Amino acid sequence: MANRRLAPAAEQPESFAFTPENAEWAQGQIAKYPEGRQASAVIPLLWKAQEQNGGWLPRAAIEAVADQLGMPHIRVLEVATFYTMFALEPVGRYWIQVCGTVPCDSCGARELKAMLQERLGPPGHVSPDGNFSWLEVECLGACCNAPMAQINHDYYEDLTPESLGRLMDDLAAGRPVKTGSQTGRHSSEPEGAVATLQDPSLFDGSRIGAWRKRFEETRTEEGAQDEAAASERQAAVNPKPARPDAGRTVERPVADAPAQRAAAGEAPVKPEDQAAAAERGHSTAKHGEARPTDAPVLDTPAERAVAGEPAAAEAGAQSALRRDEVPPQPEASGASEGEVAAEAEESRIAEKLAGLPRDATPEQRADAVGTRPAALPAARAGAPDALTRIKGIGPGNERRLHDLGIYHFDQIAAWTRDEIAWVGTYLAFPGRIDREDWVGQARALSR
Amino acid sequence: MLSDQDRIFTNLYGLHSPGLEAARKRGAWDGTKFLLEMGRDWIIEEMKTSGLRGRGGAGFPTGLKWSFMPKKSDGRPHYLVVNADESEPGTCKDREIMRHDPHLLIEGCMLASFAMDAHACYVYIRGEYVAEKHALQKAVDEAYEARLVGQDNVHGYPFDIYVHHGAGAYICGEETALIESLEGKKGMPRLKPPFPANMGLYGCPTTVNNVESIAVAGTILRRGGAWFAGIGGKNNTGTKLFCVSGHVNKPCNVEEELGITFRELIDKHCGGMRGGWDNLLCSIPGGSSVPLVPAEQIIDAKMDFDTLRNLGSGLGTAAVIVLDRSTDIVQAIARIAYFYKHESCGQCTPCREGTGWMWRVMLRMAEGRAQKREIDMLFDVTKQIEGHTICALGDAAAWPIQGLIRHYRPEIEKRIDRYSANPHPDPVPMAAE
Repeated sequence: MANRRLAPAAEQPESFAFTPENAEWAQGQIAKYPEGRQASAVIPLLWKAQEQNGGWLPRAAIEAVADQLGMPHIRVLEVATFYTMFALEPVGRYWIQVCGTVPCDSCGARELKAMLQERLGPPGHVSPDGNFSWLEVECLGACCNAPMAQINHDYYEDLTPESLGRLMDDLAAGRPVKTGSQTGRHSSEPEGAVATLQDPSLFDGSRIGAWRKRFEETRTEEGAQDEAAASERQAAVNPKPARPDAGRTVERPVADAPAQRAAAGEAPVKPEDQAAAAERGHSTAKHGEARPTDAPVLDTPAERAVAGEPAAAEAGAQSALRRDEVPPQPEASGASEGEVAAEAEESRIAEKLAGLPRDATPEQRADAVGTRPAALPAARAGAPDALTRIKGIGPGNERRLHDLGIYHFDQIAAWTRDEIAWVGTYLAFPGRIDREDWVGQARALSR
Repeated sequence: MLSDQDRIFTNLYGLHSPGLEAARKRGAWDGTKFLLEMGRDWIIEEMKTSGLRGRGGAGFPTGLKWSFMPKKSDGRPHYLVVNADESEPGTCKDREIMRHDPHLLIEGCMLASFAMDAHACYVYIRGEYVAEKHALQKAVDEAYEARLVGQDNVHGYPFDIYVHHGAGAYICGEETALIESLEGKKGMPRLKPPFPANMGLYGCPTTVNNVESIAVAGTILRRGGAWFAGIGGKNNTGTKLFCVSGHVNKPCNVEEELGITFRELIDKHCGGMRGGWDNLLCSIPGGSSVPLVPAEQIIDAKMDFDTLRNLGSGLGTAAVIVLDRSTDIVQAIARIAYFYKHESCGQCTPCREGTGWMWRVMLRMAEGRAQKREIDMLFDVTKQIEGHTICALGDAAAWPIQGLIRHYRPEIEKRIDRYSANPHPDPVPMAAE
């Protein structure tokens, strides 16, 4: 963290107001964000204020922006002092920010800093002629062109102390300067001849549309399969011959994408899932052990979805996408496996809850995502366990668990995944039971 | 070497126009409507097939991330937020996409938004990238004018894209800090859960993706997930922009196959190692947050997620910082420690206090003005910071120092010996100064 304070009162201007031009620009920025979210425009507005005020941000400008956005002054002061690009003290006409982070540091930034130190003195001070001030900053993201510096808005790359000195002379004298690389590179290509991206067919438009071939090939095959699967599905609920509707995505208006179909109560359909659904529904003998034992033939999610039951459609969407299973994960991903599973579970629950009316009771919400754990009419032998010994359960939660007929550690220790989801949703603590491992704690305590 | 035909960013160096007409000739916006009509599930499936792992550092599978968004809106709008707050030291790839191939990015935003049922997308650019912000805004204006995006566009899916910028805070590259910043607050990361996919920008379902992950989407969907998965190796598929900086003859950005060896990358594209291969000291292969890898281990290593993880480092953003034997490695890591001290947002105590403490100790160690037992103490402190903070900045600050101690402990001890052999008049302060 950097310690950043406002400039001393003596240097602060009395007041600040946007010029009419900038005020109009500010309105355009605010309009980018949804109604009531105008605070989002705080950084762009402070930025413009800094620009208008000669490169630094006085207190008056911070307060003016706060008033314009209807934010408390302290919130905008926080923002202005948090983000390091807001200069809180006066800067030179040309504000030189030298990148000093490792890639630049190892390629000569130290020489640049030494040169600036010698020419302008210590960082953060405006030169006597008012032209320059300088600062070492952290990585500016032009590492292939190190070392580099940003002067006002522009990047100057591949610098040496000599070329930076020349640049400063030119700027001070008002001569035109070239931004970007100072050694003749165009951007971040390797110096000299570029060996890659030389194929002229990349640029003349001759590759446009070439990719469509694969769709034409697969479409003919898939189309046939889709139609067969679709008519089979149709036959399951409606024996009348029907016009197959799958496999014609090209003619569909875009509003009829799967998202909308799901919304209209149809499951997003993929050929393999249709086949699987049909299989489950019809050939009871072959996959008997794989299907839910009590599922009646006509009660597969896909069929219920076709029949238009909204709740079932939701379940259909679930099963078709297998969202309750976490797909195999490459291990190195930044998020841990646990986090992935938690996120998958959370998104599954949230999705189910999304289908409910907003005024649903806790029971209704919980029933939608899991199963209610079995209740005891009263504590065994009239003596409930002290559930508050479980980290995460306080007196309030203990009372609510008692209301659910849960009095003993062994009850909690025996919760299944579905029951955990139910209780978590009922208590409005999604995921917390797992994070605090209530079940594991209860298991230890019940021994 | 990857063939030119398989490169996605064909205007990486800006040798051609970034404008809409030229971008179309290079294949952007080609058949976007057709791709949208294939449907949301098809897009997500295809992205999953491609095996694309997020290009912003963590390497989380992009298709999977998209599938976490609620399938159906509960009345709240969905948002796509593109993370263009490129500040990881060594990384300068998104910048080239935004100023030279912006239409690939805008098209990717449209496709990704459609797949997640989002009708608005914010691109959060770091504040320093002023020219890039203007370049992207210009491309967005072109796209609106050609009715490729907007409320009433030729694709029939209402979609707005807005360019937003920050003001120089590294931490805003963390997805929840970025969301906070976009809401007009200090960029301090949020606790997860709730994850952004349920409760993100303005409390609405939000997905945050890196620029490169989004910009490759159009080409992947056109040429097929299988094509992308066919490049590189298992779990490490596709092409990747490598940013090679430091002591090579010709530092540059280049798009290459994941799994190219370090040696080939440097020899083919960067004009070889400065002073020859014997001069290589070590490399930081994924931006400053990952531990360094000494020469003998990195030189023939494959540059991909899994190989580098097995070397105790990581691919990160594929920002390859190459250091030769002229480098003062302890000083270099001390400089990285300063970076994290400067960029810590100050929210969690281990990171706020620890980054400054580690930097001060590192400064003394760079001089040799320390006790040998402090090396273990420093290592121990890095372990106490790692994993004890809300976001990964604490980890990122700890890892480079752990890498240094793991591989260059004798170097630190040598300095301490040298310093104590030539006593300095100043007293030696203890670590807990």
